[in-house]
Amino acid sequence: MSSSVTVPESALPPRGAQSFISRLKAGEEIAYLITLTAGVTIFLITALVLYELIAQSALSRHKFGWSFLFTSVWDPVAGNFGALPFIYGTVTTSLLALLIAVPLGLGAAIFLAEMAPPKISNMMTFLIELLAAVPSVIYGLLGIFILVPVLKQSVVPALKSVFGALPIFDGAFYGMSIFSAGIVLSVMIVPFIISVSREVLLSVARDQREASLALGASQWQTIWRVVMPNASTGIMGSIFLALARALGETMAVTMVIGNTPQIKASLLAPGYSIAAVIANEFTEATGDLYLSALVELGLVLFGVTFVLNGMARLLIMTTAQKGAHK
Amino acid sequence: MIKRLLGLTVAAAALAGVAAAALSLTGAGATFPYPMYSKWFSEYHKLHADIEINYQSIGSGGGIKQVTEGTVDFGATDGPMNDEQLAEFKTKRNCDVLHFPTVMGAVVPTYNIPGVAADLNFTPEALAGIFLGKITKWNDPAIASVNSGVKLPNADIVVVHRSDGSGTTFIWVDFLAKVSPEWKEKVGVKTSVNWPVGLGGKGNEGVAGQVKQTENSIGYVELIYAVQNKMSYGKVKNPAGAFVKADLASVTAAAAGAAANMPEDFRVSITNAPGKAAYPISSFTWLLVPNKIQDPAKKKAVTGFLTWMLGPGQAQGEALSYAPLPKAVVAKELKAISKIQ
Repeated sequence: MSSSVTVPESALPPRGAQSFISRLKAGEEIAYLITLTAGVTIFLITALVLYELIAQSALSRHKFGWSFLFTSVWDPVAGNFGALPFIYGTVTTSLLALLIAVPLGLGAAIFLAEMAPPKISNMMTFLIELLAAVPSVIYGLLGIFILVPVLKQSVVPALKSVFGALPIFDGAFYGMSIFSAGIVLSVMIVPFIISVSREVLLSVARDQREASLALGASQWQTIWRVVMPNASTGIMGSIFLALARALGETMAVTMVIGNTPQIKASLLAPGYSIAAVIANEFTEATGDLYLSALVELGLVLFGVTFVLNGMARLLIMTTAQKGAHK
Repeated sequence: MIKRLLGLTVAAAALAGVAAAALSLTGAGATFPYPMYSKWFSEYHKLHADIEINYQSIGSGGGIKQVTEGTVDFGATDGPMNDEQLAEFKTKRNCDVLHFPTVMGAVVPTYNIPGVAADLNFTPEALAGIFLGKITKWNDPAIASVNSGVKLPNADIVVVHRSDGSGTTFIWVDFLAKVSPEWKEKVGVKTSVNWPVGLGGKGNEGVAGQVKQTENSIGYVELIYAVQNKMSYGKVKNPAGAFVKADLASVTAAAAGAAANMPEDFRVSITNAPGKAAYPISSFTWLLVPNKIQDPAKKKAVTGFLTWMLGPGQAQGEALSYAPLPKAVVAKELKAISKIQ
């Protein structure tokens, strides 16, 4: 998902030079077969998951076709299902989370990799990585009991007094909203960005930094113009890892998003996400069409992740090419 | 050390061997009665050490599905199976499924209005209007006219409902559909519906938490949850014209009122039941048992358990705040057990 590093040809053992049996005896073929099996198994599992998603959602796909992606109604009683509010909620909360987490995470990673003394850097990294180990239900509970009251009492009134005229901060705020979900998600994904970006920044070759400093650049100029571009593919990778987590996050989101399938311009309005609705309704869903529609939502999430990752890879490829031409 | 471990392992295996000789029944379904079933199955096992009943609370939908597929010996559901599901059961299992009411539950309206500590009275029309989004202010005449002593604010009502599919929702919307033709047509009855207005909270705790945190809000929670968490909730007007507060007695009274006209298969909704003391938003929860059980030992265990559940089992419900079945219904059920062959 992250880098586009390819294995140099010379590193592989000569394949046609020895006969199969002698390679087997030498143990190299066994290693090749074992690792091949591992690789193929992962591929097979992904293919199986995709196959099940497609097969179980067949009823719903045949009934609604492509209009499933553009309909806003979710009516289990009448049997009318549409994915649009959930796609909107999933994408909006994830992008909002990225908007908050990326500057915060990158800033922290730069501080930990470049500026902090090694002891502090190691200890703080350890603590930040612990954040990633906290179960998402706990984040949901913290969201309900701590974040939402704070937002209601201090943050949102302040935001509204300054930016109240903007449509994204319009309307009454009841605590559970896309905004709250975005903030909770950003706290959950920041450790991924920090830990991977820090590793990548630390792995940039020392001589690059030293050359830059020797040419008279300041420390910040070195970081911004030399170290970061070198680490850019790894940093992009960490951002996509974080995005993937945010898109699929279920429990924390369903506890603070308000669980209302609607599309409103305001971030302060409640919304719904794909993972949240599946978690909420799957166990009690009676009726084949209902179940099939929920599975189709899962397929849609698969598709959304695929599209976002694809766009991201395109972005990497074009910026890498641009960088090469510089 | 190793010898001790070995000895322990052998002993454990021997015990497991003994336990494996016992008869084991599996069931799955509704989450609402899970604490009660859990207690019952463990008490029953103490009385009959050779019978072990396992129950997984995966939700009513799951319970219906699994008992239809035959992966479990019995199911449990908060909402009775409809004709379509009965037909599917018959096709897949070549026999019919029997519904046995076990305990009763109720759903209560809970609210948070600053300055109002009293129990509010709600008419069915007011509740339907609020949840349809038609009644938007607390001091609307529909609410104020039946709460003469209370000063209701001129504030917007914030509606909170369940986001997850649930038997509690089923009971609530079943009541609303009975009292409001508009609700029946526009929204309908199911464990999950397309709510016209309101925020969704996950679980009873989600709704209760949201109501507690939001001023001028109203939501609905399960009676037992409200009682155990000492929440204040309102009274609802029943068809006899009385404003009744939900408690074990008024819930049992609802079933007693409906007992006279109960269908043979017990698939009945008892919301809006007749009777002066009846609480109108009450419901049964059912066990789903196939009427043909091949294994004679299993059949004996199932019928034995059902008989015990309708006798000594009912008394244990009150300690857990579950309303017991009225005697008339118990009598009918005891007769129905003989239908299992």
